[in-house]
Amino acid sequence: MDKRTRSGAMSPLLGDYAPASGVADELFDRDGCMRPVWRPFIDMLTNLSETELRAKFERGRQYLRDAGVYFRQYSQDPLEEREWPLSDIPVLLHETEWSGICAGLSQRADLLESVMADLYGPARLLSDGHIPTQLITENPHWKRPMVGVVPRGGHYLHFLAFELGRSPDGSWLVLGDRTQAPSGAGFALENRMAMRRVFPEDYPRAHTLRVAGFFEAFRATLHRLATDNRSEPHQFGLLTPGRANDAFFEHLYIARYLGLLLLEGEDITVRDGQAMVRTIEGPVPLGLLWRRIDANFSDPLEFSPDSRIGVPGLMDAVRSGNLAMVNALGSGVLETRAMMAFMPRISELLSGAPLALPNIATWWCGDDANRVYVRDNLQRMLIAPALSVDLPFDNNSETVRGAEPELVDLLDHRAPDLVGQEAVSLSTTPAWVETDKGPRLAPCPMTIRVFAARTETGWSFMQGGYARIGPEGDATALAMQRGGSVADVLVIADRKVPEPTAPQATAPDGTGRRSVRTESGALPARAADNLFWLGRYIVRFEDAARLLRAYHLRLATTDTPDDAVLTQIAEYLEPMDIAVDEPIPRGLVQRLEAAHMCAAKVRDRFSVDGWFALTDLLKTVRQMTETAEAGDDAARAMSVLLRKTAGFAGIITENMYRFYGWRFLSIGRALERADTLAAILETFADPEAPDGALDTALEVADGTMSHRRRYALEPTHDTVIDLLAHDAGNPRSLLFQLREMQHLAEGLPGADRSARPTALVRELLPVRTGLEVGLPAETTTKALRQLRRALARMSDRLAEAHLR
Amino acid sequence: MRYDVTLKIDYEYSQPTDNTRNLLRLLPGDIPGVQTIHDWTLALTPQPSEQAHFTDFFGNWVTSAVWHMPIEEVKIALNFQAERFPQSSLLSFATPLERMAQALAAQRGAHPGSPLHFTAPTRRAPLHAEMSAFARDQLRDGFSALDAVQAVGSALHAEMTYSAEATDVDTEAAEAFAARAGVCQDYSHIMIACLRGIGIPAGYVSGFLRTYPPPGKERLVGVDAMHAWVRAWVGPETGWIEFDPTNNQFAGADYITIGYGRDYDDIAPVRGTTRGWGSQKSEQSVDVAVVG
Repeated sequence: MDKRTRSGAMSPLLGDYAPASGVADELFDRDGCMRPVWRPFIDMLTNLSETELRAKFERGRQYLRDAGVYFRQYSQDPLEEREWPLSDIPVLLHETEWSGICAGLSQRADLLESVMADLYGPARLLSDGHIPTQLITENPHWKRPMVGVVPRGGHYLHFLAFELGRSPDGSWLVLGDRTQAPSGAGFALENRMAMRRVFPEDYPRAHTLRVAGFFEAFRATLHRLATDNRSEPHQFGLLTPGRANDAFFEHLYIARYLGLLLLEGEDITVRDGQAMVRTIEGPVPLGLLWRRIDANFSDPLEFSPDSRIGVPGLMDAVRSGNLAMVNALGSGVLETRAMMAFMPRISELLSGAPLALPNIATWWCGDDANRVYVRDNLQRMLIAPALSVDLPFDNNSETVRGAEPELVDLLDHRAPDLVGQEAVSLSTTPAWVETDKGPRLAPCPMTIRVFAARTETGWSFMQGGYARIGPEGDATALAMQRGGSVADVLVIADRKVPEPTAPQATAPDGTGRRSVRTESGALPARAADNLFWLGRYIVRFEDAARLLRAYHLRLATTDTPDDAVLTQIAEYLEPMDIAVDEPIPRGLVQRLEAAHMCAAKVRDRFSVDGWFALTDLLKTVRQMTETAEAGDDAARAMSVLLRKTAGFAGIITENMYRFYGWRFLSIGRALERADTLAAILETFADPEAPDGALDTALEVADGTMSHRRRYALEPTHDTVIDLLAHDAGNPRSLLFQLREMQHLAEGLPGADRSARPTALVRELLPVRTGLEVGLPAETTTKALRQLRRALARMSDRLAEAHLR
Repeated sequence: MRYDVTLKIDYEYSQPTDNTRNLLRLLPGDIPGVQTIHDWTLALTPQPSEQAHFTDFFGNWVTSAVWHMPIEEVKIALNFQAERFPQSSLLSFATPLERMAQALAAQRGAHPGSPLHFTAPTRRAPLHAEMSAFARDQLRDGFSALDAVQAVGSALHAEMTYSAEATDVDTEAAEAFAARAGVCQDYSHIMIACLRGIGIPAGYVSGFLRTYPPPGKERLVGVDAMHAWVRAWVGPETGWIEFDPTNNQFAGADYITIGYGRDYDDIAPVRGTTRGWGSQKSEQSVDVAVVG
């Protein structure tokens, strides 16, 4: 106690840091001595002023914001994104302690693999009574179609996570096994990126074991599983439920970081028992899926028929032995809460050794003696459904405290449906807490999450990276349900950890992270389709904004409500659901929302900056709908939107690597721009159009200045058509856009300059040539209408060739 | 009894769909002591790009058929000869209802015939307080599990009105029960939920039923339908029995079994997906003719 007071006295930050009695603490050992790994770190903290500390913390937050790290909480708006709640203070653990944990978990991972192989094989654990049969037969995560299926590669489990807590005696306890589709590993990487910005100092940085190597080793595993013993190359990818999932950011992040294809169910088709990715070049074989989607949703034909996110026939590919799965379908059964009760005995049985790392004491109440024991000790129990697969401290967990009075009755009547677990106390770790008397470090309960990946040489573990921190004051596992934050876990070595020595491929975003690979070869057709439509929608938005600007500028300078030009613009916009009487029409916002939606589906394929530019644009336009007024104000608003749109387009043209994805986006833009130009000319350059309509056409096509320079006279039908249709030097001319499209189309797969042009180019060439050799007078309203039909056919040809 | 059974199902899609993938559970298998199947033919039109057979967990025959090319319709034609053997009368060694929990707890192992697969609620036959209460109301002191199955089945038969208009293939059991109306699928799901609610393991049987023409009338060809009834486990001695709540009788020589599942989802005659936006409509005809 003396020592604790002394060390606390070093700084007001630690002034009243007092771990509760009866729980372990990460900072102070049982005798009240500060653990040696923390000492230099705490010294550094206490030597900094509050202002300096806050500035450091802000660097971490800034990094997370810049990197676009977010997560979702299922709430009213399932797409609402929250900032990643990273705790400013990491958890420090010594390497020796950590390697003890990993050794124990390595044994546990092997044990889980054996249990899995038995449950989907001979099921002796059931027939011999080591696991009550009904816990499996009644279990929705035990997948009957998998019984008897041998997993490709020979193993069921490849990627696992374990939730651990430190019990009051200082030892570690496994609180939960995550075997279906563990999440958090990507966030752990981001935790580390942020922490290195907060604490770049020699200590802890130079003594911290790295987390990144883990992923590189695992990528090698994925590659091996996907490609071994195959006669032709096979793709591998990460299967995500899509952007409404709470961990979608992580799916994006891991896919981008490891250069995996990010796939949704509809990207995959199964032919003759072989899973294939639908790409712009047709179906290509898929050798492995790292699934982040529950087995139940993975194939509507053999699992939940309601699923719209799965792959029809996926089970067929698995049954045929052609598709490796990380982890095998049906691995969720191992997460069953009641399984914990039997693991100690199964360990003895299967490996002849006790669990090196015990799991939380668990009693399945279907056994009479257990039921009586749990009832007699309800006060120190957590009670949960026997088949629950959540963690006791998840938000919305089904776990309740044993003290609830109605539990006694429930235990008497539905005992086999329940498990009791010891209501463990977790250790506490320092977290930054704001109080009335200023900030301080306070002991908050924590659990750590440890990630394990199978490699050729055995289980490999991520070195730290992820802890959950609960609110101060209650160190029971259950307190974690009330939310809290996430912290980095630094595994500290006594020696300095050498920087990685392999040739450094530095990521293009300048963060210095090692990028293992940048993009895999295959572009899924769905991604290409979304990029193509992103291009189209963004131009649709831009052109509508230009017309609205022209409208409001004229409105501001005319007092005739039935002005012919105003009427004509309004009539032009009306069929597009854009009502000019709204200063920021709902229809305009919808166009941008459509673009944003397409972009969201392919966020793994363009830069964080591009995403932010688009999100910012959407935010701006939504704000403007609240405030903008007709006339000058709306015109100015449109100018702001146009400038921001140009910013987004700039990021694409300047920064986006010229993969196929960029090509589809650019073709979408060029095609839409050509179509809008033709539509504008069809309406505003029509001989019947009112006076001033030609000016509108020039204004909307950004051609007023160029026209003045080139023709030095009032616009006529022919001069306007010449500039906006036939002038190859004007980027806002039909000819320019068609040439651009041809150039882009000739770089698509299947296009060979020396061979017959592709269907798309064949559709395009006559239109382009017509504009090149034709005279402005020949580009009549009727000709423009035909040209638009040709553009629609080009879109169809592109879709037929690449987007199905 | 020997039968010649013909089944035709036609699907029509409002627009051509590609990657149509179906799992068909239509082919009955031999069941020792119950039925044998001969000379079956299954014709799919157009010719599927892929066709394969496998048996699922419960031992049912599954035909997997995939059409890669766009198709506008699928025609399924099945014909087979079946011999159904008369069942010995159900001399009851059935377990008393109050001892069922104990009997179940003594069961071990996850082999496909284990009653433990059929105790938990499923999507189409969920645990439902009103159905459980309805089932409990039919119980009398000293009932065996077998008595309970018969009582619940008969009570449902009396309570429900058979109506093809009241429900469709996706109607939930609870809804059909509230309306007290439906077809064999609804009767069966309700009965399964009722039985599970009082601790009797129960599952879904898909198959065919010989129908009798009204007295004095000719038998019409093709007016029969696919049928469904219930299978229940009444204790270790008697094991599984089958009861048809739609017709208030045990499934006897008039029945031909295609297969078993926990509910319709496990043994749906056709489970399919297509890639496309259109709607689909289907027609089916069944003919169960007595041979010789």
